[in-house]
Amino acid sequence: MSTPHVAKPKKAKTPHTKPVDIDQSKSEVAHHEHHDDGAGHGTVKSYLIGFILSVILTGIPFALTMMHILPSSSLVPVILVLGVVQILVHLYFFLHMNASSSQVWNNAAFVFTLIIVGILIVGSIWVMFHLNHNMMPGMAPM
Amino acid sequence: MSKPSNPVEAYENQIDSAYDHNPNDTHHAGDHHDEGPKVTLGFWIYLMSDCILFASIFATYAVLKDNIAGGPNGRELFDLSYVAIETALLLLSSLTFGLSMISMDAGKLKAVIGWLAVTGLLGLGFMGMEIHEFMKLIHEGAGPNRSAFLSAFFTLVGTHGIHVTSGLIWMGAMFGHLIRRGLTPANRIRMMELSLFWHFLDIIWIGVFSIVYLMGAA
Repeated sequence: MSTPHVAKPKKAKTPHTKPVDIDQSKSEVAHHEHHDDGAGHGTVKSYLIGFILSVILTGIPFALTMMHILPSSSLVPVILVLGVVQILVHLYFFLHMNASSSQVWNNAAFVFTLIIVGILIVGSIWVMFHLNHNMMPGMAPM
Repeated sequence: MSKPSNPVEAYENQIDSAYDHNPNDTHHAGDHHDEGPKVTLGFWIYLMSDCILFASIFATYAVLKDNIAGGPNGRELFDLSYVAIETALLLLSSLTFGLSMISMDAGKLKAVIGWLAVTGLLGLGFMGMEIHEFMKLIHEGAGPNRSAFLSAFFTLVGTHGIHVTSGLIWMGAMFGHLIRRGLTPANRIRMMELSLFWHFLDIIWIGVFSIVYLMGAA
């Protein structure tokens, strides 16, 4: 792990940093034994994998859109699918969501939110599209 | 203060220290495990409610994006290479925040502060670019009062920007906490929440660049 500020543990200024700095290996062991503070932890590898996947998943739709390779009818679904995949990558690698029992309430809240978000977005588009369609025949923007 | 052997006493100490400001507190760094999950779940529920806020703004944008009132549309206004740089800044800042969290797990206070500073600079760069973009659009006569499309655009992108700004202010406060008290249990919980918030904002930005910029230019 390369970090810019990794210095040899000096005399700690405050007492709080002391136990951590002096006995790093022990605190790490203690941390991995319990590993249950409501959100997971990553490693350098997992963050790098997530970052590289995100760069790829961001790069493809930007490149496709900027180079005008695909017609917009097929470009839009590609952008949406890659966006959803990238969100899943972020949730897994950066927010450390998983199916562990310590996260069961986080996951329950997340699923509930997904349902509300789905109703809000799909419902709004659906209703407003039909409203436009019914109110302005021939003038609907679609 | 040594670690209490009595579990009840240990638990009470944790409750006291979860958000305490007692400078004499020297609990071991791994002692927050009873308070952490509850606090993190509470923060997670806030993030979910924020998700619903953004969903309503996204829905508004999706409904209004074609109502350009004879004004400019997204294809004419958006500069995708500019947005790509903004996206790169935010994505990199997610990585550097991750490295800060890893340094925290390893107990390296200086590395935590260093990576957090890099994250803050990337966030500042992002906000600078976004404000510049907004000023340019307003200067070109494509401000939020031009059309329903532009009102929705400024609301959506601006709300994300306000969140990023809040994250930057929070980071500023976090530096103070870290420098004064080091990696205390309370500070570890704060860092965990700030990282959730920052990664969450990156996720919202995926929606913004996909739906607003890319689909607007497609």
